[in-house]
Amino acid sequence: MKNVDSKSHVRGESVYLDDVPLLQGTLFACVYDSPIAHGKLKNVDISEAEKADGVVRVITAKDLIGENQIGGILPDEPLLADEEVHFCGMPVALVLAETEEQAHAAAKLIKAEIDPLEIVTDEREAQAKNELIAPPKHFRLGDAEKAFATCEHVFEGRADVNGQEHLYIETQGAYTIPTEQGGLKIYSSTQGPTAVQRAVSRVTAIPMHQIEVDVTRLGGGFGGKEDQANAWSALCAVATQLTKKPVKYALHRMEDMRMTGKRHPYSADYRIGLDKDLKIVAYQAKFYQNAGAACDLSLPVLERTLFHCTNSYFIPNVSATAYSCKTNLPPNTAFRGFGGPQGMFVIESAIAHAAEKLGVSKNEIQRKNLIRSGDEFPYGQIAESEAEASWTQADQQYDFAKLQAEADEFNTQNKFVKKGIALMPICFGISFTKTPMNQARSLVHVYTDGSVAVSTGAVEMGQGVNTKIAQVAAKIFSQPIERIKVHTTNTLRIANTSPTAASAAADLNGRATQMACETILERLKAVAQEMLKDGAYRVESSNGNAAGKPSEGGTQSGVSFENGFVFYNGEPTSLDWLLVVNEAYNSRVNLSEHAHYATQGINFDWSIAKGHPFAYHVYGTAIVGVTVDCLRGIYEVDYVKCCHDFGTSMNTSVDFGQIEGGIVQGLGWMTMEEVFYDSDGRLRSNALSTYKIPDVYSVPKEIAILPLETSRENLAVFNSKAVGEPPLMYGIGAYFAIREAVKAFNKQNFVKFDAPFTPEKVLMNLYSEISG
Amino acid sequence: MIKFILNNQSVETALPKGTTVLDFVRYHKNLKGTKIGCREGDCGACTILVGELAGEKLKYRTMTSCLMPISNADGKHIVTVEGINRDDGGLTPVQSAMVETSGTQCGFCTVGFVMSLTNFCIDDTPKTNEAAISAIDGNICRCTGYKSIERAALSLCGTAARRNGDAEIHSAIGNEIVPEYFANIKERLSEILNSRFQIANSSNRNPEPGIQNPKFLSGGTDLYVQRPEEMVYADTENLFDSAALRFINETDEFIELGASVVVTDLLESDVFNRLFPNLYKHLKLVSSTPIRNMATLAGNFVNASPIGDMTAWFLALDAEIELSDARSSTRTLPLKDFYLGYKQLAKREDEFISKIRFRKDFTHFNFEKVCKRTYLDIASVNTAISLKMSGDVIEHAHVSAGGVFATPLYLRKTSEFLKGKEISAETIAQANEIIQTEISPIPDVRGSAEYKRLLLRQLFTAHFVELFKANIQ
Repeated sequence: MKNVDSKSHVRGESVYLDDVPLLQGTLFACVYDSPIAHGKLKNVDISEAEKADGVVRVITAKDLIGENQIGGILPDEPLLADEEVHFCGMPVALVLAETEEQAHAAAKLIKAEIDPLEIVTDEREAQAKNELIAPPKHFRLGDAEKAFATCEHVFEGRADVNGQEHLYIETQGAYTIPTEQGGLKIYSSTQGPTAVQRAVSRVTAIPMHQIEVDVTRLGGGFGGKEDQANAWSALCAVATQLTKKPVKYALHRMEDMRMTGKRHPYSADYRIGLDKDLKIVAYQAKFYQNAGAACDLSLPVLERTLFHCTNSYFIPNVSATAYSCKTNLPPNTAFRGFGGPQGMFVIESAIAHAAEKLGVSKNEIQRKNLIRSGDEFPYGQIAESEAEASWTQADQQYDFAKLQAEADEFNTQNKFVKKGIALMPICFGISFTKTPMNQARSLVHVYTDGSVAVSTGAVEMGQGVNTKIAQVAAKIFSQPIERIKVHTTNTLRIANTSPTAASAAADLNGRATQMACETILERLKAVAQEMLKDGAYRVESSNGNAAGKPSEGGTQSGVSFENGFVFYNGEPTSLDWLLVVNEAYNSRVNLSEHAHYATQGINFDWSIAKGHPFAYHVYGTAIVGVTVDCLRGIYEVDYVKCCHDFGTSMNTSVDFGQIEGGIVQGLGWMTMEEVFYDSDGRLRSNALSTYKIPDVYSVPKEIAILPLETSRENLAVFNSKAVGEPPLMYGIGAYFAIREAVKAFNKQNFVKFDAPFTPEKVLMNLYSEISG
Repeated sequence: MIKFILNNQSVETALPKGTTVLDFVRYHKNLKGTKIGCREGDCGACTILVGELAGEKLKYRTMTSCLMPISNADGKHIVTVEGINRDDGGLTPVQSAMVETSGTQCGFCTVGFVMSLTNFCIDDTPKTNEAAISAIDGNICRCTGYKSIERAALSLCGTAARRNGDAEIHSAIGNEIVPEYFANIKERLSEILNSRFQIANSSNRNPEPGIQNPKFLSGGTDLYVQRPEEMVYADTENLFDSAALRFINETDEFIELGASVVVTDLLESDVFNRLFPNLYKHLKLVSSTPIRNMATLAGNFVNASPIGDMTAWFLALDAEIELSDARSSTRTLPLKDFYLGYKQLAKREDEFISKIRFRKDFTHFNFEKVCKRTYLDIASVNTAISLKMSGDVIEHAHVSAGGVFATPLYLRKTSEFLKGKEISAETIAQANEIIQTEISPIPDVRGSAEYKRLLLRQLFTAHFVELFKANIQ
């Protein structure tokens, strides 16, 4: 089953924000953003811009009718800078003009008078100055301090991991249209239509029921359009409110890159204690998260770092502390993995450190400490583990020892080319860690021609959620997929949606769709039961004998739909889907349903930092092999081979695509993708020419995917586990594989844990005796 | 008036001639299949096909429409996805392959891939797996991890190779890669060009001697990245399509090139393939297929980027450039004397590079480049070398380096030092010492100064490893 959008995608007929036909009189917006990372905003001179060709209006903070605030979690993020600027790229004014070109030209004429204040870009420096978004968070299991005293081996060190630009190929954008009686219709490239609706309501003081947000699809999101899509819709909405005109803003790439936040950079201190058998007895970590200038989603991201600070290992004594540090960078935000990858990078670094010092292979320590069913995570949830199973099945399929032996042999034969291998187990919790967000609704209409329209809160951004939802409806109604249309995500059809995030959209919205379809199906079965009763639709059994007809007062349990036909007690009838649907309509039976799903059994109590926050975990194990050219300091990824826990995949072409894409995105984060701010807080990697994501030649020569064999039940839709985020973390293996290859060339050098492993860092580490 | 064929439609436009083809098709022709990803030629979402008559042959190449002024579309066939879509709503073999392999997720980059692969199926390169992947080297996808797209590309080799004895375009029509109307494009373009020729003759137009400071534009791949807004209205003289500037000649002593030769022309040149045995491997390191189809040698030279790949290449050939002005007066100077300081050229504003030539008496040539991403990236450091060997002795050497100085750098002292030396670890080490005195790299997003110094040392050494399997233990 291919993605339902495939055909319109390849023909260029799929509609994205910038393709929405424009209404006459549409104005084009352009932001003037702060050129200074921190300062007092003394004055904004818009006089020249106002006089420029085609300019209709220039908006600043004082023009807002509602509140100048878009912070979703903490109210610390003005829509337009008012008294201070907090990062380079912070919106200060909005120009509206008759053409996009005029808007851009006029924005260049604005001048802001800013008294500079001290600029902090480093998270540790911010923490030292007590510049925190919120008080630190802690996770504790056992007693780490006491346990360290009993450890045979204790190692401590530091790990740094940089951010990552989302680089969705479609930039952010919004198009707002005034509707009658003071309302707004908003097209937005957002993962969170309700978040946009709330933000717009807040800045315009227009109540939410007057604001319609509609999303057809995104040209990629990856978390970058979860909360950070809000600003563009809010700006356009304010502009529409003030001018009564439609307003469009599709950001240029460089605007998008400099004005929006990215994956959070982290710095961390770790301490790991092992017993003589290499069992990890104690682990302590301090995480310094670079939040940027406002909270945005930094706190839940920080929490997920804690949730995944032990990855797929069981450690009986854990003490982890995380600081969300406020800096003068654009507010960092959600990005596939949502803090989890950073937590995992640090524990993997700690294990690599221990292994190197003890002279054992890293995978020996990894293997010995995999979490087992019944073990407790540091946050209190008891594992139902597939960690061992995925490791063992991967080993059986790929033969780790053989791959390692081949690499070792290669390395003895070659002086200036080295191979490195690393294993990367993953364990990722599925559910929003903020329990109330684990709810979704689906609206299903069956029309009298038998076709089915579905609307949910899920946003399609390439991950195939609409395909999966269509499959749910098609399966339950036993209709061909062509009969099902999953419509735009729209706040009038589905209210109070959770963002499409946390890998959970298919689970939540799929289950809601399942419930809605099942409810309608039950009604249709009752109708069919009635229709069969009067004998008009003769029931024929396969052996040619009449199978009788339902008895008076019997239940509809004997009725089922298969391939569009009604079966009675397993025997075919001449009654089909369309006949039943029409009879239902004529009998005034409801052919629509709005269903509500909320994940059961999850909870979390932050006062003790314990609970059962996840519906389930996704497990997997990957082996990553790389080759490093030790003359030039460049590298290739030879393979990523994984055994992945899909539960039971309901769509292997979609799910395998998520694995391949996730792996490559993770590799990019660990290798070539380098977010680079200078000490003035200016983004230097501000375009595709300076920020490099993987191209077709930088992907692994081979990606092998082995579905984990498991019969364990889970809470996913049709047992098909969430797949969006977990595979990204296989990419972390590439960092450690490169590290192994570098070590094979330069044995004296202790390579610092500092991702990404750019060619620069590779070369400097290969020749550390020269480079210092 | 600019006149060209857009898909199956003849169009004329009086829009500012610097308007990009991307804006023209999306916002003036409402063809929304071509997407905007970066507007700097780095993502490929806006890839189109450009068909051009070269003598009797109609030749298609991919280009990024974001960097292409409509003036460079004049007299050509511009093809967007709407121009290859089947009228019946079905899919072409390229589109089918992308669907069947799940090569599309969010879909935003997809059309760019479809166009690149369509070009692969209609151009005259051998239909190898390598060429299929090479065709999409300018297309970035953030969703799929490329493996599915690779499978799509490889699956097309068979279809693309089916020729039935026809010329490329007729085979492509037969294979349903492109629609029937492509059959008449050659004649339609000839008509446009013929009418153009008559107008040019009848109007008795001569270059205006009074023109001062004309701005020259060729492929646009730098100017449209650096100042896109200004370029729309810039009064430029376009050199890209000047036939007089698109030649590669070989004489007894020299290779002579027109200044508007693009990198792909070198790749397709028999002479270059003979002189540079690793031409494909080396030029693959230079940007991407669509950019190589647009980027001219002279454009790379005058852009004066310290890390211009082709500049490093021709510096190591000790090339000379010929500068011309509107009065057709010309002068020649060595490329290495062209650079006076950062973005400062030994050139008057009214002069343009008209010709490039270099001696072909070298016996060895190598090009090295390292960047964050091996392909489609700007170098942290690049370097090229040409050597004339007489037995084991270096008769003469020319070495260049990029990314280590304010200008593209010809390493004079190093080149001089190598003369008369035998290749040995010691020679390499000594030369490397000299190199370190000739450079002054600055730290930037492409690396720290220390890294660039170390990297050049390594890459200079790599020249000898590549050329002589030098033992550098």
